Amino acid sequence: MSKNPEFVKFDKVDKSYDGKVLVVKDLQLDIAEGEFITMLGPSGSGKTTCLMMLAGFETPTNGEILLDGNIISNIPPHKRGIGMVFQNYALFPHMTVYENLAFPLRVRKMEKDEIDKKVDKALSMVSLNGFETRMPGQLSGGQQQRVAVARALVFDPAVVLMDEPLGALDKNLRESMQYEIKHIHESIGVTVVYVTHDQSEALTMSNRIAVFNDGKVQQLSNPSELYEKPVNSFVAEFIGENNTFNGEVSDISGDECKVKLSNAEIIASAISVKSKGEKTTVSLRPERALIEPSEKMDNMFSGKIEEVIYHGDHTRVRINLLGNPEFILKVPNSTSNLELKVKEDIKIGWNSSDARALDPK
Amino acid sequence: MSSETKQILTTDGIPLEVSLKKAEKKNKIKAFLLVAPLLLFLFITYVFPIGEMFTRSVDDRMVTNMLPKTFKAMEKWDGKELPPEEVFVGFYSDFKVLVENQTQGKLGQRLNKEKNGFNSITKKLMRQIKRNKIDESQSIKEQIMKVHKRWRDVEYWQAIKRTAPPYTMAKYLKGMDMYFAADGSIAQVDEDRRIHRILWLRTLEIALFVTIFCFLMGYPIAHLLATLPMKYSNLLMICVLLPFWTSLLVRTASWMILLQQQGIVNDFFVLIGLVADNNRPEMMYNKVGTYVAMTQILLPFMVLPLYSVMKTISPSLMRAGKSLGGTPFVAFWKVYFPLTIPGIGAGCLLVFILAIGYYITPALVGGASGTLISNQIAYHMKSTLDWSFASAMGLMLLSGVLVIYWIYNKLVGVDNIKLG
Repeated sequence: MSKNPEFVKFDKVDKSYDGKVLVVKDLQLDIAEGEFITMLGPSGSGKTTCLMMLAGFETPTNGEILLDGNIISNIPPHKRGIGMVFQNYALFPHMTVYENLAFPLRVRKMEKDEIDKKVDKALSMVSLNGFETRMPGQLSGGQQQRVAVARALVFDPAVVLMDEPLGALDKNLRESMQYEIKHIHESIGVTVVYVTHDQSEALTMSNRIAVFNDGKVQQLSNPSELYEKPVNSFVAEFIGENNTFNGEVSDISGDECKVKLSNAEIIASAISVKSKGEKTTVSLRPERALIEPSEKMDNMFSGKIEEVIYHGDHTRVRINLLGNPEFILKVPNSTSNLELKVKEDIKIGWNSSDARALDPK
Repeated sequence: MSSETKQILTTDGIPLEVSLKKAEKKNKIKAFLLVAPLLLFLFITYVFPIGEMFTRSVDDRMVTNMLPKTFKAMEKWDGKELPPEEVFVGFYSDFKVLVENQTQGKLGQRLNKEKNGFNSITKKLMRQIKRNKIDESQSIKEQIMKVHKRWRDVEYWQAIKRTAPPYTMAKYLKGMDMYFAADGSIAQVDEDRRIHRILWLRTLEIALFVTIFCFLMGYPIAHLLATLPMKYSNLLMICVLLPFWTSLLVRTASWMILLQQQGIVNDFFVLIGLVADNNRPEMMYNKVGTYVAMTQILLPFMVLPLYSVMKTISPSLMRAGKSLGGTPFVAFWKVYFPLTIPGIGAGCLLVFILAIGYYITPALVGGASGTLISNQIAYHMKSTLDWSFASAMGLMLLSGVLVIYWIYNKLVGVDNIKLG
């Protein structure tokens, strides 16, 4: 079966609640069938609004949403056949686990045998067999979450929406649930639209990530590209850790450019700068800069260690480098035989291909 | 050290366990002392008066105390024919004591309630005794029977015998339009005199309908209150609570202004041509007035528990219901409504119990066909001064409420109630 690359399509969607501010601006987003796509962004960036429009609880102010080629803007939520996992699970507290799962099947007037079969299958998918007669209140947070996932999947919806489903869980449980949801997605191949503000969640789970800010998709790409090659300084800042230098382009040739800082000049890849004299923010991942590099690198500077913080698997070193007192370096634990002393000068080097000259902050 | 497995001691050498128990006991006593004033207050203002009401409602010791020798002698009398000489002797000596204490009038009144005609014959007997017409050396029976022909009637003696037990359920029977017949069996009052049963039924009916009306009106209001944004819901909440800040009497009086035949509502109906000016409908001094006013007054008692329950229902539950394929109605009926049942239970119970004992409003706007059992109780408290009957009806009302509470508990479960 060929996968439809435009299974869900947001076509120039605007959304405004008060008629003054657009919460979502001119959204253009295609989601392929069977894809796990994450909408990632800070709170108020419009990601949840997008999800609600897709679920049918909000209507777009402008534009259309298409599901498998059909415009769904005028279809009420209960006819869309989209499963949804809510932030606080939204399990029906007066129904048992079985009744919760049977609800979408009963409203579809299925036979009792078929309901039993499907509920059983959905429960085994989240490994909760034997919990049928429990009330949601008798389950732990993680179990409730799994029931919610099973309920959203039990009626075989074409798309499942998840609105920060792991927000209320503690860190360890959250991580194991991330893998569980990812595995369920892989095994049944349903299209998942996942909303979160937790970037590590997004990076581990998704096929593609849409980074939202200010009502717009800032970047839509797969996790590694998003992390390695952010297209603007918001994405660079939002995903992972980031060292920045603000300066002015002094020379540009092909992919490379020279950026003049207040007291030095660094070489970076020209991503969103076009010409000399432009203001820019250069972004560099902490793990891409090395202390006392053995090989030759095209940026080599000396800085003063301000702080050394032990993190177990790695050590974070804060360095005052080129007028930036917040320059962070990550030193893996395996190389911790390095002598790192506060207030000592140290040599730092990085390749220009890892430093990306982006739009100014 | 081996002492680790032994008792743990405090620094004073007392075992920790004992010391803890002591401290706990102190706390318990402190806690009890804190609630003691309330318990005492409840006892004085609630348990004690109800007990007093109960004894008053069944108390019938007056005659028992007035005629001790009579009743002693009557023990052997089968009650079918005129009593033997001893009964008359006993009655005569009891009665003489009453005449000396000048309390024989009370006896006459009390017996008169039991059977008409006692008042005059006791007076007659009293005059005979005062004039020393009774010769104690001769048969007392013959002489008393000569005083009035009713003294020769066995029914009057049977009536006296009926008053013998110190406690009686007669007031409760009266509350249900029944009485002890001459032979001691329970009989119904004539059909045209059965007023209490009508009142009980009407009270239940009005309380039931007021509860239904309150529910029908209160549910949407409470839902709106729970879902509106804060600034609007506060305003609406004030509108709901506003009647609470006004005196009950004032509110009832304003309903009188609105509902009377020349009142604002009728004027409006005439203005829009709904009714003819000379044919204004009667909306007060009947059931309609009672329904309207009581529903308005009791509405907050329905809205508040409902609101407090609805406030805790996450809006995402309805959304979940819809996203899972339920139509808005199914989502409401299967998800939202069952979750509001604790509030519905609390609201309905509250309104029903308040309505069943409502007094002022039906008294003012109810007229003849809109008064309730509480008005009858008040009537006996204030006008006929038959306090024992009022007590009996009050207790019947109370036990009715308890029965409703019990049924409710069986059906919904009191643990499910949520008052706020």
